[in-house]
Amino acid sequence: MYGYGFYIDPSRCIGCRSCIQACEECETHRGKSMINFDFLDRSQSINTVAMVCMHCDEPTCAEVCPADAIKKGEDGVVHSSLKPRCIACNNCVLACPFGIPKMMLDEQQMMKCDMCYDRTSIGKRPMCATVCPSQALAYIPPEEAAKRPMRPTRVFGFGNQIITTKVAMMIPGQFDSVSIDVADYLWEGNERHDS
Amino acid sequence: MTPEEASRPLWQDEFSVHSADERYVTRRQFTKFLVLTSLAMFVGQVWILVKSWFARQPEALPHQVVARKGEIEVGEVKLFTYPTAQDHCIMVRTAPDVYVAYSQKCTHLSCAVYYSKESNRLLCPCHNGFFSVDDGSVLAGPPPRSLPKVLIAVRGDELVATGIREA
Repeated sequence: MYGYGFYIDPSRCIGCRSCIQACEECETHRGKSMINFDFLDRSQSINTVAMVCMHCDEPTCAEVCPADAIKKGEDGVVHSSLKPRCIACNNCVLACPFGIPKMMLDEQQMMKCDMCYDRTSIGKRPMCATVCPSQALAYIPPEEAAKRPMRPTRVFGFGNQIITTKVAMMIPGQFDSVSIDVADYLWEGNERHDS
Repeated sequence: MTPEEASRPLWQDEFSVHSADERYVTRRQFTKFLVLTSLAMFVGQVWILVKSWFARQPEALPHQVVARKGEIEVGEVKLFTYPTAQDHCIMVRTAPDVYVAYSQKCTHLSCAVYYSKESNRLLCPCHNGFFSVDDGSVLAGPPPRSLPKVLIAVRGDELVATGIREA
């Protein structure tokens, strides 16, 4: 499946949580899902989004790791922390702008989505992408993604931090990138979120 | 090196997030490793040399009366300790006027050697090591070195141990 790309399309997500079930089936982390599943704005909408690791070109999780435990392979996949090195300090969990790393307290180790490395490295599709009924999580060739109404972006702005990724996010055609001001999403005391 | 790489802080190179960089060894790193290990080996060799040179300096051992003339018959032995109570030695009268003494500790695995009158040799029973009774040299068996020889001087009627000559 050389040349295939991972595309996340929140507009297609129907909240069925099949991806979570599929992820938990994996032998390498049985019973623990690596998907960051969330509601976009629960008070206003029923929209959900399932996030897998975006596999950043310069992974923030790896850059903040004080134990040098998170590594990015030559194929651009950012792997779970190396067990002998991880000190379970939670830095990566706090640093990742997409909320992907998960601290496994029982194992005292951070684990994260590695695009099902045991599968994709031998030419199979990731678990979540195989089961997603609406293909909100899709592992497809770029030509197929181009046929969709949304356009893929790999550029994300979080305030001044610009992040480029391996995994693409499908966004409305009039935008080039996803850009948010982090301060807008900070909860400040008694302020109510009406908007 | 691209300008972008040059402007990167040092820690990003030293602790790269890419696993390929972690395994990659530059020629300069490898050369540095070779030079430094060779240097360390050389220093180690010099250290061993200096240590062994100092160890070879003869140390003054106390003189100790170990026996009297005529105390043992020809072909008989006397056991004694020299220079400390933990260093067991064996003395043999090989001829009416010849007394020889050696450390009793076999140079192989430190078993006690004894004198075999029949074969006129010093024998270590543990692994069948044989030493010459004349100079303590190895005749047969696994011992790697001769037995340390206890120097015996005759002073009047007394046999005095004056030192030890290592093989």
